[in-house]
Amino acid sequence: MQEIVQGVPLQHYIWLSAILFSIGVMGVLYRRNAIIIFMCVELMLNAVNLMLVAFSRYHSGTTGSSAQVFVFFIMAVAAAEVAVGLAILMMVYRNTKSTDIDFLNRLKF
Amino acid sequence: MAQLAWLVPLFPLLGFVIIGLANRNLSKSVTTLIGSGSILASFVVSLLLFFEKVSQPTPTTVHLFDWITAGNFSAKFSFLIDPLSTIFLLVITGVGFLIHLYSSGYMHEDDGFRRFFAYLNLFVFFMLLLVMGDNFVVMFVGWEGVGLCSYLLIGYWFENTDYNNAAKKAFIMNRIGDLAFLIGIFLIYQHLGGIDFNTAFNITNLANLAKGNPSAITAITLCLFIGATGKSAQVPLFTWLPDAMAGPTPVSALIHAATMVTAGIYMIARSNALFSLAPLTQDIILYVGLGTALLTASIGLFQNDIKKVLAYSTVSQLGLMFAALGVGAYSAGVFHVVTHAFFKALLFLGAGSVIHGMGGEQDIRKMGGLRQSMPITFWTFVIGTVAISGIPPFAGFFSKDQILAEILAHKGIGITAVAMIVSLMTCFYMFRLLFLTFFGNFRGTQEQKHHLHESPLSMTIPLMVLAFLSTVGGFIGFPHGIGHEMGIHHWLDGFLAQSVVITPNHFTAGQEWTLIGVAVGLLAGIIFWAMKTYVTDGKIPVKDSEMEGLQKVIYDKYYVDETYNRLITKPLNQISSGISNFIETKIIDGGVNGIGHFTKWLSSGIRTIQTGNVDLYFFAMTISAMLILIIKLFDK
Repeated sequence: MQEIVQGVPLQHYIWLSAILFSIGVMGVLYRRNAIIIFMCVELMLNAVNLMLVAFSRYHSGTTGSSAQVFVFFIMAVAAAEVAVGLAILMMVYRNTKSTDIDFLNRLKF
Repeated sequence: MAQLAWLVPLFPLLGFVIIGLANRNLSKSVTTLIGSGSILASFVVSLLLFFEKVSQPTPTTVHLFDWITAGNFSAKFSFLIDPLSTIFLLVITGVGFLIHLYSSGYMHEDDGFRRFFAYLNLFVFFMLLLVMGDNFVVMFVGWEGVGLCSYLLIGYWFENTDYNNAAKKAFIMNRIGDLAFLIGIFLIYQHLGGIDFNTAFNITNLANLAKGNPSAITAITLCLFIGATGKSAQVPLFTWLPDAMAGPTPVSALIHAATMVTAGIYMIARSNALFSLAPLTQDIILYVGLGTALLTASIGLFQNDIKKVLAYSTVSQLGLMFAALGVGAYSAGVFHVVTHAFFKALLFLGAGSVIHGMGGEQDIRKMGGLRQSMPITFWTFVIGTVAISGIPPFAGFFSKDQILAEILAHKGIGITAVAMIVSLMTCFYMFRLLFLTFFGNFRGTQEQKHHLHESPLSMTIPLMVLAFLSTVGGFIGFPHGIGHEMGIHHWLDGFLAQSVVITPNHFTAGQEWTLIGVAVGLLAGIIFWAMKTYVTDGKIPVKDSEMEGLQKVIYDKYYVDETYNRLITKPLNQISSGISNFIETKIIDGGVNGIGHFTKWLSSGIRTIQTGNVDLYFFAMTISAMLILIIKLFDK
C-alpha cells in the first residue's frame, strides 16, 4: 500500500485537490440551487482532506498519522454539519417552495 | 445519644416536605397526624437529649458536614448540644407540639389547612436550627428562616391587603435587625478569627481582644444587640409585633409569643462571654429593655383588641428579659423565656378559643360574661393571667421575681422601681382583659350569644396542659435565699452553669421574703382596683371616637407608627421617586438609548453593503481570498 501511494508524486495529489477545490468554488459561485451549492461545499472540504492525507503520508511516512486522525475529525464534523444544513434547507423549501438562493435575500438589516 | 441530635430538626423538615408536596392529596386528619406527629417525635428526641445533659452537662458538638470552607474561613454544619440549647429545644418542640394540636382544631374549617401545617413545620425546623447551630452561620440560617416563616404566616390570609402589609412590615423590620446581626458576625470573624462558638467565645482570645481593642467587643455586641431588637421586637424596631397579630392565633402563640421572638434572648445568652466584656452594651440593653417594657405596657393598658393586649404584653415581657440580660443575669432571662413561653402560649390559645367561640370577634368591649359558656377556657385563662401577673406560686412569679432581684442587686432601687411599675401595669391590663372578657354581662349580638360554645377537645387539651405547666413551671427556679433555707435548689441556675455565667446569690431569705411581700401586696392592690373598676362598677372602655387626651395618645400607640412613617418611610419614598424620575429615565434610559442611537448613526452608511444576497457574499469572499494569496505570492 505504501508503495502504491508513494508511486504517485506528491505534485499530482496537490494538482488533483487544487482542481477539486476550484470545481467546488466555481460550483458555489455559479449555481443557484442551494442543494448543488451544498454539494460543492462538500467537494471543497474533501479536496482539503485529500491534501491533508497526502502531505501526512509524504512528510511523516509511516510513523506520524496525526493529520489522518485530523481528517477523521473533519469528516465527523462535516457529517454533523450536513445534517443541520439539510434540515435548514428542508425548512426553507417548506416555507418558500424553492431552493433558489437568490430568493433568500432577506438576511439584511 | 447526642450524636442523634440531627433527628430533632429532621422530623419537622420531613413533615414540611411531605405536607408541602402532597398538599391537596392529603386528608386533613393525615395532615394533622404528620404535622403534629413530626413535632412530637422531635420532642421525644429532645427529651432524651435533655436527660442526657442533666446527667452529663458538658457540651457536645455534633458535626454533620463541612459546609463552607474558603481559605482560613470555615463554617461547619454542626450542632451544639448543651444545657442552654436543650432547654430551648424542649420549649420549642413541647409548646410547638401543643400548638400544632390546637391548630388542628382551630384551623379545621380553613381552606389552607395543609399550607398552614406545612409553614408551621418549616418554622419549627428553622427555629431548631437557630438554637442548635454550633456557629453563627448556622444560627443565621435559622434566624433568617424563622423570619421568612413569620412573614408567610402573618400574611397567611393573603387576600386581605392589611394582613399582607403587616407581613411585609414584620419582614422589613426584621431585615433591618438582620443586617446588623450579619455585620456583627463579620466583625466576630475579623476580630476573633472564627465564627464557631468555640473560637468566638474562647477565653484567651477574648481576653486578648479585651486588652488590645475593647471597642471592638462593644461594636460586635452592639451589632448583635441591634439584630436582637429586630427579632425580639424591642425599641426602636418593636412596631411590627403588634401588627403581626394579623396571622392566625396559633401563629401568634407559637411564633410571636413563645419561640421566635425569644431568639434574640437566646442569641445574647449564647454570646454571654462576649456581652459580659462589654459593660456599655449591657447598660444599653438594660435601658432599651426597660424602656420598651414601660412603653408597651402603658400602651397595653388601653387596648381593646384581645390579641393586641397580649401582643403588647409580649413586647413588654421581652423587654423585662432584656433588662435581665442587661444586668448580666442570663439565667434569669432564659428562665423567664421558659415560663413566658408557657403562660403566653396559654393566654394566646385561650384568646384564640374565645375568638373561635365568638365567631371571629376580637374586641373585648363586645364580649363579657363568657365564664359560663366557656368554663375550661375561663379557668385556664385565669391561671395564665395569674401566672403572668407574678402571683405566687405560679410560674411567672418565680422568673419575674428573680429578674427584679437581679436588677435590684446590680442597679439599685430606682431602676428596680421602673421594672416594678411595668409588672404592676402588666397585672392591671391582664386582669382588665380577664374581667372584661369573662365577667359581667354579654355585650355582643344575639347571634353571637347563640353561637357561643366551648371549644373542641383538640383545643382545650393544650390549654389544660399549658395551664398545668404555667402553674408548676416556676419551681425549676426556686429563689436562692429562701430555697437555701428550705433545702430546695435553684435547679435551672445549676443546670445552665455549663452554658452561661451564673450570677452569685445576692440576698438572704429575709430580704427575699420582703421583696416578695412588697410585690404581692402591690399586685393585690392592683387586682382589687381592676376588679372594682370593671366588675363591681361594670365600667366598659369607651368607643374609639369618644377617646380624648392622654388616653387617645396611648390608645393610638403614641403615634410611633405615624412618626416612623413621616421620618423614614415618606422621605425614603420621595427620594426613591425622585431617583426613579430623574436617574432612571434621564441617565440610565438616556444612556442606553444614546448608545443605540450612536451605533445606528455610525452604521447608517456601511449597512447598505449588506444586500442579503448570498451569491454576492460568496463572490466577495472568494475574490478576497484570491487577492490575499496573490499578494502573499509577490510579497517575498
